[in-house]
Amino acid sequence: MDRKKRISELRERALEIRRDILLMNHAAGSGHPGGALSSADIVACLFFDEMRHDPKRPMLDDRDRFVLSKGHSCQVLYAALAASGYFSKDEYKGLRRINSMLQGHPDRLKTPGVEFNSGSLAQGFSASLGMALGARYQGKEIRVYTVLGDGELNEGQCWEAFMFGAHYKLDNVLAIIDYNKLQSDDYNSNIMALEPLAEKLTSFGWNVLEINGHDIEEILDAFKEARHTIGVPSVIVAHTVKGKGVSFMENHPKWHGSLAPNAEELKIALGELTAELTGKSGEGEEDE
Amino acid sequence: MNDISLREAFGRALVKAGEEREDFVVFDADVAGGTCTNFFREAFPDRFFQCGIAEQNMFSLAAGFSTMGITPVVTAYGVFAAMRAIEQARNSIAYPNFNVKIVASHLGLDTGPDGPTHQSMEDIAIYRSIANFTVLAPGDPVEMPGAVSAMLNHKGPLYMRTGRSPVPSVLGGDERFEIGKGKIVRAGTDVAIIATGVMLHRAYGAATILGEEGIDAMVVNMSSIKPIDRALIIECAEKTGAVVTAEDHNRFGGLGSAVAEILAETLPTPMRMVAIDDTFAESGEPALLAEKYGISIEDIRRMAKEVIDAKA
Ligand SMILES: Cc1ncc(C[n+]2csc(CCOP(=O)(O)OP(=O)(O)O)c2C)c(N)n1
Ligand SMILES: [Mg+2]
Repeated sequence: MDRKKRISELRERALEIRRDILLMNHAAGSGHPGGALSSADIVACLFFDEMRHDPKRPMLDDRDRFVLSKGHSCQVLYAALAASGYFSKDEYKGLRRINSMLQGHPDRLKTPGVEFNSGSLAQGFSASLGMALGARYQGKEIRVYTVLGDGELNEGQCWEAFMFGAHYKLDNVLAIIDYNKLQSDDYNSNIMALEPLAEKLTSFGWNVLEINGHDIEEILDAFKEARHTIGVPSVIVAHTVKGKGVSFMENHPKWHGSLAPNAEELKIALGELTAELTGKSGEGEEDE
Repeated sequence: MNDISLREAFGRALVKAGEEREDFVVFDADVAGGTCTNFFREAFPDRFFQCGIAEQNMFSLAAGFSTMGITPVVTAYGVFAAMRAIEQARNSIAYPNFNVKIVASHLGLDTGPDGPTHQSMEDIAIYRSIANFTVLAPGDPVEMPGAVSAMLNHKGPLYMRTGRSPVPSVLGGDERFEIGKGKIVRAGTDVAIIATGVMLHRAYGAATILGEEGIDAMVVNMSSIKPIDRALIIECAEKTGAVVTAEDHNRFGGLGSAVAEILAETLPTPMRMVAIDDTFAESGEPALLAEKYGISIEDIRRMAKEVIDAKA
């Protein structure tokens, strides 16, 4: 497929995911919208371009694996899974409610397509390295993708995992850090300083790629570069905006969690998302 | 008055205690908004230490800090306080017997929509089994100020449960709180319902319904789980001959086990435990989860009737 078309399709997928995040979040009346929105472009590119997977056969042995280590952002995962066809979008209305397949944090026993029960920060990252090691041990030609939060990196377990990944030269894993500069209560810089992040990761022996996590082309290029990097694990530091796409949520600590847009806010937010996309695809056409 | 949650009552009580005494500080792991230590942070920014999302580090930090003569009150969600950092709690805090207070929110099904990853239903069993730890689980917002004072006056490692969702108050306004003491909050002769934490108001609700059905149920608030009020438990068993325990926790190792351990050795008595039946639950509203997983008012009522039948 020609690249321009591919990119504009991925933009539309990301829009669909963002819209679905808000719809789900509104239906649940609570949840974690900010970090779901910031990772929407990355997750769209993984599910609709980069990863080998088949929604009709979710347990296919040689599928690539995806672990959303920052499990609280599960709305982005549920939206990507439903848009891929793992289950019906009717399930959205059950999010965080009793007798539903969509739990407050991902549950592999309840939701088709979910690989790991993340939600306790840092454990998904270690589990993804375990999958990568196990795949290599079994001679499986698969790749493992994991998305982490920047606040999540406060956990010592993440750095234990970084050491492990470099030590075992796990080049079949790609970690993507959703670097939205915010965590639960406040900005990273007010909670636990993280900079210089790229230097830290480099010194831990990882191949570090730094990109704008909302630029589809940069995301795809980084995925490709990581795939062709042999002998060391790769990590993408993706600069993002928490709440991306919804003006009143962007960069605002309160939209981390335990919150949902009310009917009025939902309407405004959906309007903004659509306007954003039409603006962008217009630009694209001019280029051609 | 509107119902408030135990965590909010805790957060407010901590500010009040902060005004009265300077011998403690607060450590947080980026969940101040969840545990309600954000009130304390606003009131006393210089006495609040942000440790980042790194619970294991925080627990050992608190151990070291306490050696300088000021008490750290360390807060986290239950699963992280009781499991993520438990080995640090044991070897950094309990074994050297340091004066560190761990206070957890997000316990059991009361946690609700965040689901099983965040629904701590093991913490009572875990902390109860660690030597030197005192374990508290207040059941009513009005007893929280007393619990916070008792916690701060106590010397040594202590773990306290709060709660996430608003709970109705069933006690009077002037609650004294004493570590190691339970309290009969409703007299009765047919069956004793011993409850802890958010189950107190459900026990009270069940006793009221049982009363309408001609059954005279005693209700005991067991907010001190370790040390537990041995004498009171024996007294309840003697007076009623039938005991029901009620907790928002797994049935293994919690309040029910603690009560059974005492009665088995002193006065074997027919007993039923209202607790989560050793299963992970799911996301949902706490009241609906309580019904589905067997810890509702109706479950307490049913168990009370069953145990009364068993004494005959
Ligand atoms: C071990 C652990 N401690 C605390 C929490 C509570 N918690 C949930 S999300 C969050 C903040 C995460 O920040 P970040 O990783 O930056 O996520 P994002 O900004 O992408 O939402 C915290 C502290 C948790 N889920 N796991
Ligand atoms: Mg973040």
